[in-house]
Formats: sequence, structure tokens, C-alpha cells
Amino acid sequence: MKVFLLHRDRDFDVKPELRDPIFEAMVNGSPFALASARRNLEREGKAGSLGSDEDLARDLELETVWSAMAAGDEFLYETAKRALLSSLHDPEAIRYRQHALADCLGNATVVREIYELALDALESQRKAGGTPWAGARPDMILHRSVQVLRLQVDALRRLRRIADEQAAGFRSDAFRRFFAMLREELADGYLAEVGQQLNELEFRRGVLLSAEFGSGLAGRGYVVRKPRKRRWSERLSPGRRSPSYSFTIPPRDENGFRALEEIRGRGINVVANAVAQSADHVQSFFAMLRLELAFYLGCLNLHELLAEKGEPTCFPTPLPAGGLALGAKGIYDVSLALHLGHRVVGNDLDADGKALVMITGANQGGKSTLLRGLGLAQLMMQAGMFVGARSFRAAVCNGVFTHYKREEDVTMTGGKLDEELRRMSEIADRITPRSLLLCNESFASTNEREGSEIARQVVRAMLEKQIRVFFVTHMYELAHGFHAQGLESALFLRAERRPDGRRTFKLLEGEPLPTSYGPDSFRRIFGAGADAGAASVGRRSRPGRLRHRSSG
Amino acid sequence: MARFQSILFEREVGADTRPDEPAYFADLNLDQVVAALTAGREQYDLEPFFYSPLRDVATVCYRHEVLRDLERPGLLEAVRAFAGAMAKVRQHLTAAEEGYYPLAKQGWFLKGAGIYCDAVESLAGALAAAGVSSRGFQGLRAYLAEYAASDRFAGLAAETKALERALAAIRYTVRIQGAKVTVGTYEGEPDYGTEVEATFARFRQGAVRSYLVRLPERGGMDHVEAQIAERVARLHPDVFRALAGFCARRRGFVDATIARFDREVQFYVAYLELVDRLRAAGLPFCYPRVSVRSKEVAAEETFDLALASKLVSEGREVVTNDFRLGGRERIFVVTGPNNGGKTTFARTFGQLHHLAGLGLLVPGTRARLFLADRIFTHFEREESVETLRGKLEDELVRVHAILEQASADSVIVMNESFSSTTLQDALFVGSEVMRRLLDLGCLGVYVTFVDELASLSEATVSMVAQIVPENPAERTFKLLRQPADGLAYAWAIADKYGLTYERLVERIGA
Repeated sequence: MKVFLLHRDRDFDVKPELRDPIFEAMVNGSPFALASARRNLEREGKAGSLGSDEDLARDLELETVWSAMAAGDEFLYETAKRALLSSLHDPEAIRYRQHALADCLGNATVVREIYELALDALESQRKAGGTPWAGARPDMILHRSVQVLRLQVDALRRLRRIADEQAAGFRSDAFRRFFAMLREELADGYLAEVGQQLNELEFRRGVLLSAEFGSGLAGRGYVVRKPRKRRWSERLSPGRRSPSYSFTIPPRDENGFRALEEIRGRGINVVANAVAQSADHVQSFFAMLRLELAFYLGCLNLHELLAEKGEPTCFPTPLPAGGLALGAKGIYDVSLALHLGHRVVGNDLDADGKALVMITGANQGGKSTLLRGLGLAQLMMQAGMFVGARSFRAAVCNGVFTHYKREEDVTMTGGKLDEELRRMSEIADRITPRSLLLCNESFASTNEREGSEIARQVVRAMLEKQIRVFFVTHMYELAHGFHAQGLESALFLRAERRPDGRRTFKLLEGEPLPTSYGPDSFRRIFGAGADAGAASVGRRSRPGRLRHRSSG
Repeated sequence: MARFQSILFEREVGADTRPDEPAYFADLNLDQVVAALTAGREQYDLEPFFYSPLRDVATVCYRHEVLRDLERPGLLEAVRAFAGAMAKVRQHLTAAEEGYYPLAKQGWFLKGAGIYCDAVESLAGALAAAGVSSRGFQGLRAYLAEYAASDRFAGLAAETKALERALAAIRYTVRIQGAKVTVGTYEGEPDYGTEVEATFARFRQGAVRSYLVRLPERGGMDHVEAQIAERVARLHPDVFRALAGFCARRRGFVDATIARFDREVQFYVAYLELVDRLRAAGLPFCYPRVSVRSKEVAAEETFDLALASKLVSEGREVVTNDFRLGGRERIFVVTGPNNGGKTTFARTFGQLHHLAGLGLLVPGTRARLFLADRIFTHFEREESVETLRGKLEDELVRVHAILEQASADSVIVMNESFSSTTLQDALFVGSEVMRRLLDLGCLGVYVTFVDELASLSEATVSMVAQIVPENPAERTFKLLRQPADGLAYAWAIADKYGLTYERLVERIGA
């Protein structure tokens, strides 16, 4: 019995770094496990740590998207986080999830009902008195587990009833398989057999064990045996049975009863384990059901929020990796849309066959939001979600990486450039061909010549390695250098600024222009008289450096 | 060929009185080494062996041969397995002795006999297969071959096997209904757990935790089990009659020479375990050439065994050093910065001579060592006396006592002696003591801060603890044979701060 609502052939597959104690707790399904796992992580100061995805989450403001999906529910939050960071890489796998999500959007009430049922089933252990504590005796474990299974089997029965009544309203492979499985595996006959077995497990008529001699002739290898039904001939002539000898523990012999209990425990141990594990398996089933539905519930929540704001969403078209397909209409930054009260400006983009997209132009002209919008759309697409656009199609990529300029001072561990280089080096450790690298003002912490040269080397290496690069930069030397090469596979976009200085937030194709505000600033600081000198030094340098030279 | 008696001595030595821990053990940290070697081996009482260095080249060779055999693949494992089995034999015999329920006692006794027979046969087989070349193991091999073929042993083994087989074949059932227990014969009733698993199989998801309660087999039975066993015995009267007879006839079956080997071989096993651990960390060990005449001692890539053991367990690096005394050279005079490895070098020198006398491998790739009549150490004592004068006097008393007892064949290790006094006093006293050591002609190490002591005579060899010139705060723990020169450290630290002559000339006036 497998849920398989997120993948055609396996449970929710989360990337290894995110299989942390929190995720273990989510898979475990215990109502308390998640809270206690979080407390433990908080105590160790590791709560909310995303490991190598820390930068990605920060740069794309994923937090906003996760919170919107969570709608205040911690479990939905943790699920959303893991789904978005554990990209699918096969267009077919993405479509499997898209279709299931479409079913959820069309049957929101039923999906929420199943989610509630799973939650209720997960309470079975608590209702039966909690999981057996460490050191519990086997008969205690057996007794508890039988109680738990009774409650769980009841929940399974209700789940099958939903399947009987609602399956017709679902179209996706995922849900159709799920409902068919329930009807097949949980047939009435089988559920009756399970009930019968649970009754027998109470051992009301005593227990029969087999054993052999261990060290010091103490018994060992106790195994519970199913007594043979005696044949008629044996019942009629008891003399033909092999001999047996009995004794009885005297009523006050407490040690005797304890010893007997221990022998019984040694035999029951295996049976108790089998039953307790079965209860755990059923628990796992409900936990997985709840976990996988939590993703779709998160999607429903986000969808509602965006719909309220009147922002368009669409199911994107995932295309094979490596094909460099990329096209969007009205793509926007979902996290920005969630923050703002009004609608945001969408952009159109046609970057088919473009390995390098270099974005230049005015400050606050929409460069960063386009970059983030693209990154988010890519991640959401590869999570099987809808994206923030009127239409979007893109080649799937192996991974999304971000390298953004950092504002804060990091002199503790060396200069800003050191810090940037170290981060890029960490990316280089992990990035693979057919990945997507989003750079935002990378290497702007040093002078433009150095920064451009470093960036040029990095970008050239990445392109060589079939990595797609979107690069937002102020560095004219860098952008111009690539433009001058006339690369077929490079696209240059520019943030617009109207002659009156107003920004449109629209990005259009256009070659990089020399930094627009540099000369202004220079004149402001040095006065008009310094102009001639500035021209000879070159417009590529930054104002600070010029000031230093003129003072020396 | 003499009949085999001991793996430690070729010829029986007179029963000595039990030796105390040598006085130099604590100074050389050999107490730590022996504590580590004997930890977990208390039952063998190995300390006396580690306390008793030999002055007998032949016995040292006898032990080297044994160790070389043990270092070949296979034999050590066989000896270890034998030791493990013998420990179990003792446990079982104790249980058989001290148990309460008759059937349990018989069970333990039979089990002990079974383990003993297997252990002897395995060891005899391993020795026959291993191609041993030491006199010790060849002697043991011959002894075991003879013993294993004896009626005494073969009869024990055959009877044990037969009884074990008969008991292992018995399967019985216990039915528990409230307070009533019924014991019967097992007749193939099916496993109920399997049936339960089958019913719930379709719920199986991924891996889940185990709910198997750990119920360790207890050492013995309680009165309920005893009653059950007694009823099983009634179901199988012949087997249990034979068992009782066996236990009565076979008391005291362990052979005395084999028991002695079991104890003594642990001396080697314990040490080789330490050697293996350090070799795994890349540290070398070698068989030293030993002599009671030549004082030309040397070692290459050697190290302090106690320190190395500690560093390796902490995953830290161990620095090795070389030393060599040739011709008439007798005493190393060690100088250099604090914490530069001087004391470690001194300890190493002392340790090597003790270990060589035990007939063991020593740290290093090559070594030539002297079998000293005595080893003396003089390390600064923290606790002793309060005034400087009192302290100096106290030290002189101890040094005097050493010089009284020491001979030309002794090894003396002096560490930071007289350092608590003034340079003038230290120079004077140090020179006087050194002269006496030189007159005595013994081997030794003298750690000091007084450079002049390093060049008192052609019999002294100066060793200097090295530093890293670029970073004087870092220590290399290397000691090299070179003239004592306290200026090297001062120069390096000046350079680091740009205060050497050249640097100052360069900087000033720029």
C-alpha cells in the first residue's frame, strides 16, 4: 500500500540535505515528533538551517512563498520548503504532479477531507495510550499495538468509503491509482480477516512456546506456536499423544510468576514486534498520505492568495534538460506579488537557445525582480506547481544556484571579495552541467576591472560547462565585453528608464550602455572642472577610485 | 629437545619474589604504558613481566623470535581466539562450581569442556599450519601435538561432542496457561509470528523501528526454568544420565602447561596490540640489536611510546627523532626552547632501554640498544621543598643517591635538574654532576638550559630542540645533533617582528 501522490513510483523524495530530524518527524507521523524535533534543533542552534540552500532561499525570497503555502501551519511550511528545494528533473514527473494538483484544485473539499482523516488516523497511537516506552515488556507492546491497529483499521475503512464515493471526480493518474489501490487492498474480506487476527492476538487461551537448550541448560529460542487442531482420532484416544509433565506456580510465588512472565515474553517478543511494526507501517502510510497531501494543500493556499490579488497563474510546460528552451509571458516575481498590495508588472521573455542572459540598466528598473521571478518560476515548475506568469515554458535544469551581492559587512572572515569568491567557490563545488546560475551584481565588491575580469572568467567557464547563466550587472566592462563577442547564445536585456527618469519595470532587449549615473555622480562630487581629467582616466572606473587618484 | 615449559623463558628461572614497579616508571611515563597494556587483562596479572627487564641477550632473542612469529599473518589471531576461548572456559567452570541448580551446573561444565577442546584443537591446528620458527612456538607445537593425541584429551573431546549433540537435538514445548505450565515434546507446530506477519504484510511501507525487546540470555536459570529443565530431563532420561556421569569423571580437565601459556602469551599480545594501533597511524617499530657490551646506541625515527599512544588516540601527529652515540660518546645534552620536545626525548631514551630489556619491539625504524644493569631517572619534583636552597639540596641528595648506586652499565636520565637555581649555581653543580657521570662511563641523557654543559667533553653529544624560523611560536618537536645555541630562537622571534639588524636598517629611514 503506497500513497505515491507526488511521484509515480516512490514516496515523497526529498533531497538528502533536507532529510533532517524535522523531516524524519514528518515521515514518522507522530503529532508530537515535529515539535520536539524542532525544539531539539533549536537547542542546537540548527533550526531552520537549509545547509547549502541557504543562499538560494534568501536570494529568491523563498520564505515568502513557503509562508503563503503554509497559511500558518508549520507542517505545511516544512513540506512546502522541502518540495520546492527538491526539484524534479524529468518533464514527465513534473506533469504527473501538475495533473494531480489540477485534480486538487478541482476537488479541494474532498482533498481536505482526506487530509483530516489522515490526521485523525495518526492520533491512533496517542488514543491507545502512546507508543510503548523503552523497556516495556513484550506483552505490553503487544496489547498496545493491537489497540492501535483496531483504531487504524477503522480509519482505513473510512478511507475506502471515500474512495468508493469520490473516485469518479478525479482524472489524474496519481489519484486514480491511489483510489484504485484502496479499493483493491482494503476489500471487505481482508478487513474482516484482520479483525479476526487482532482477536486471536489477545491469547485468551494461553500461549504455546517451543524451545531448546541454551547455555547452562536454560531454555532459549522461544517461539510462539499455533496449536494444532487435534484430530478426531487423537481426541478419542488420548493415550497416543506423547507424554507431557505439568506443574503449577503457587499463588504466593511472586518470583515464579515473574520468571514465567519472562519466558512468555521471550516467546511473544517476536509476535509483539510483528504487530507493533504493522501498526507502525499503517502509521507510516497515513503519515505519508498526510505529508504528500500537505504539499497540495500548500499549493491550494498559495493559489487562493494569488487569485485574490488577481495575479495570473499557469501550469508551465516543462521541456527536456539541455535544450535551452525558455519563454514566458507576463512572468512576475511571486514573492514580490505576495508582499505588495497591488499587482506587479509582468515581463515577456523569449530566450530560447540563449545560454547567457545578461541584464543591465537602471537601478530599481526591475532587473532583480525579473531574475527572482525566473528563478522562482523554474523552482516552482520543477516542484510540479503552477508558476507566476500567463505562460511559461522552460527546459528543466539540474539545479538552481544564486550568487548575489551581499550587503552586510563580513570582515570577520576576510574582505567582501574574499567572501564572494568563497561563495562562488562553494557553488563551483556543487554545480553541475545543465544547471541554472543566477548572478546578481556578483563581484561588485571590488573595482570594476577586477570584478569584470573575475566575472568574465567565471561566466566563460560556466557556459563552457553548459550551465545557463542569468547575470544582472552594473559592470559595463563585463556586459559590453560579452556583447562585443556577438555570441549567438547570449541575450542582453536592459531595464528601461524613460527620458523623464520614470521607470517602467519592463526589460527589453538592448545592448549594455555605459553606466548612466557614474558621470553624474562624478561631476557632483568633483565639480564640472574635473571632467576632462575623468575622460582621460576612463569611464570604466568607479567614482571612489577617481577621487583617490585626483587627491594623490 | 627440552620439554616446553614457558613462552617467555627458554630455561626455567628460579621462582623470584614478585617485583615492584621500578622507581623510574613514573618519570618515564612507563606506568601509563603498562596501565594501558594491562587494562582489560587483569586476570592475567601481567605487571610482573613488564617490570622485569633482562640482562640476558639469549632470552631477549628467544622473545624476539616469538614476537616475529606472532607478527606473521594468522598466528596472532589464533592466539587471540585461544585466549578468548580460555577466558570463557574459566567463566563456565566458575559457573559450574558456584551454580545452584544441578542441571544448570552440569550444563555449564559441559559447555566449558566443549570450549576447551575446541580451543586446544584450534591452537594445535593453527600452529601446525602456521610454520612457526621460534623456539618458543616450536616447543609449544610439539607439546600440543603430543597432548592432543593423548587418551586424556581425545577421550574428553569425544565424550563432550556426543553429549552436546544429544542435548542440541532436544526440542520441547512449554504451554503457559495462567499459573499452569505444561512441558512436552515439540511436534512441528507452525510459527505463529510468521502467520501474523503474513496477515499484515500488505501494510508494509519503508523501514520501521524494531520493537524487539532486548532480553539478554541470563547467566543461569531461575527456579521456573529449573523445573522446566527437570521435566525435559524426564522426557529424555538416557541423555541426562550420561551427562551426570561425565561431570563426575572429568573434573580438573585443564592442562597446567597450557594454562601457563595462556597467561604468558598475553605479554606479547598486549604489546603487539599497542604496536598495531600505532603502526596504523604510520609509526614504525623495530627489533633492536641488543648488547651487554657495546655502548654504541642509536635509534632512527623513534618516539615516546606513552605520548604517541595519547596523541594517536586524539588523532594528532607524532614527531619522531633520531639519536646516535658512537665511539666514546656516552651522554646526550639536550637544550632548546621550552616545550620543544626535550623531556620527550629524554623519556624516549629511557623507555627504549627498558623495552629492549623486556625483549620487545621498540619505537623506530632501526635501533641498537644496551641492556643496562639499572635505569635511573632524575626529574624535577614539583612537591618537594619550599626554599630554593632546600630544593637544590633535595635534588642533590637524590642525584647523589643515584651516583652511589649507578655503575658503568647503567642508564641515567636527568631532566631539567638544578633549573630552579641561579645560572651560576646550575653551571657549577651541573658541571660537577656531569663530570661524575662521564667518569662513571654510563649512558645517559641530560636535559638542561645551561648550554655550556653540552660541550664539556668529547663524550657528550649536544642535541637541540628545533623551532620554525618563520614562526617561533610553533614547535617542531624535532631534536637535531648540533651545537647548543640559544640565539636561534631569539633571532627568529626578532625577524618575525621585523627587528633584526637587516630589517631595522631597511625600515629605518624609508
